[in-house]
Amino acid sequence: MEVYIFLTFILMLSVILGFELIHKVPATLHTPLMSASNAISGITLIGAIVLAGKTADPQMATLLGAAAVAFATINVVGGYMVTDRMLGMFKKKGDKK
Amino acid sequence: MALSSLIGFSYVVSAALFIIGLKMLGSPATARRGNTLSAIGMLIAVVVTLLDQGIVDFRYIAIAVAIGAVIGAVAARRVAMTSMPEMVALFNGFGGIASLLVGWAAIAPDAGGIVLTTIFLSILIGGVTFTGSLVAYGKLSEIMPGKPLMFKGQAVVNSAVIIAIFVAGYLFVQQPENLSYLYAAIALAVVFGVLVVIPIGGADMPVVISLLNSYSGLAACAAGFAINNNLLIVAGSLVGASGIILTNIMCKAMNRSLSNVLFSGFSKVKSMDMKIEGEVKPITADDAFYVLEAASTVAIIPGYGMAVAQAQHAVKELQELLEENGAEVIYGIHPVAGRMPGHMNVLLAEADVSYDLLLEMDDINPRMETVDVAIVIGANDVVNPAAREMEGSPIYGMPVINVDKARTVFVLKRSMASGFAGIDNPLFFKENTRMVFGDAKETLSHLIREFS
Repeated sequence: MEVYIFLTFILMLSVILGFELIHKVPATLHTPLMSASNAISGITLIGAIVLAGKTADPQMATLLGAAAVAFATINVVGGYMVTDRMLGMFKKKGDKK
Repeated sequence: MALSSLIGFSYVVSAALFIIGLKMLGSPATARRGNTLSAIGMLIAVVVTLLDQGIVDFRYIAIAVAIGAVIGAVAARRVAMTSMPEMVALFNGFGGIASLLVGWAAIAPDAGGIVLTTIFLSILIGGVTFTGSLVAYGKLSEIMPGKPLMFKGQAVVNSAVIIAIFVAGYLFVQQPENLSYLYAAIALAVVFGVLVVIPIGGADMPVVISLLNSYSGLAACAAGFAINNNLLIVAGSLVGASGIILTNIMCKAMNRSLSNVLFSGFSKVKSMDMKIEGEVKPITADDAFYVLEAASTVAIIPGYGMAVAQAQHAVKELQELLEENGAEVIYGIHPVAGRMPGHMNVLLAEADVSYDLLLEMDDINPRMETVDVAIVIGANDVVNPAAREMEGSPIYGMPVINVDKARTVFVLKRSMASGFAGIDNPLFFKENTRMVFGDAKETLSHLIREFS
């Protein structure tokens, strides 16, 4: 039970921190913010990796884990790359091209 | 130092990089570096996870990572900026299904009640996010009709599904060895995801995408509880908070509550206690040119129509010509213009418009009276003065960009059809409004030719 109290503690702190951080993101950057958070939610990848590597012979859990790895990787790679592509376009007058 | 401690410490570093990365997203000047930092945090987390001693076989991991990386990289390079809402919707869905699968795979014979409950939550939120996002994707990419899909007894069906989900969840936690409860929970979750999104219309998509964005984070959070991993909880709740804030901003910009968006669609017109008077005054692009030539301040208000017509580059060209002609050009961006938060800003950034010219609604409205010409491109409801003046109007009370206060308003529009909300726009009948009918891009090209 203690471990769940600990995890809930972390949850509470990061939710509050998240609200504080995101409030400061200007409307101009809301689309990149969403694609970046797509990438961050791909963090499920690290859980999926452990599950996909548990056994050498393919069991149900291994295959489910492998499928999760594939989907989460799409999010991570695609999310960060497209965010970078978008943010590269944001320029202020006078910035060098 | 034990390997597991190394992994744990590295996760702390990753979490810090995610947080610093999000903080740097607070300004366009630092945002790109922030995104890179966040990506480095992710890379560290993935690499140290591969050291986990529970992993005995890397084959499936390698194949799955390779497939995912190729699809993700190709999608990120190819996607057109006008299609960003579809891509984000689809990615929300992938986040959801990944959490569902992780929860499912984490079911162990010795799992206790709390673990099973978090697994159930991870499957439930993940499943709803997955199919909900697919429906949103279908509507945005016009594979599915964008109109709200309603059927008789929808509320009853929804309530029945919700009750069934909790019954299936309870039984699953009590008897995890009986797989039919698990399958029932999964099936109900994915059905519920569809039911939640089909009654929501195309114009409300900014709210739905933001909400599903939040769910994809919450699903990762639930998966973090299920497999006892604090990095999943930190990252998931950051995303969850971000999605909720965006949802809230979108709802406020439409003057509607979240439950109103989710459950009712646009309400019917109650009473039109104010008649729209006046007549529509069309103007040719040639005549519009002479007015623009004399203008010293021009405000451009883009909407979803600009994305459809792919007119952002033509807009930028016109802006440059107007500036050469000595006029000041500013842009007014309504929070719900387009199909996702910030959609217009990205399109204009793509066309190389300087981001300090993009003003938010609250910044441009006080300046509107000094604007000589306001050009409305493919926007309708977000500039509808009925929101201020007509109490019976369904959008009454919604904050809008007050283009009608400018000296002259040009509305670039295909025809007299009403906006997504399906309501008349008295702006078109105002004394100072001129309608420029035709394709927005062609009209703009015409103006550009006149200038050069």
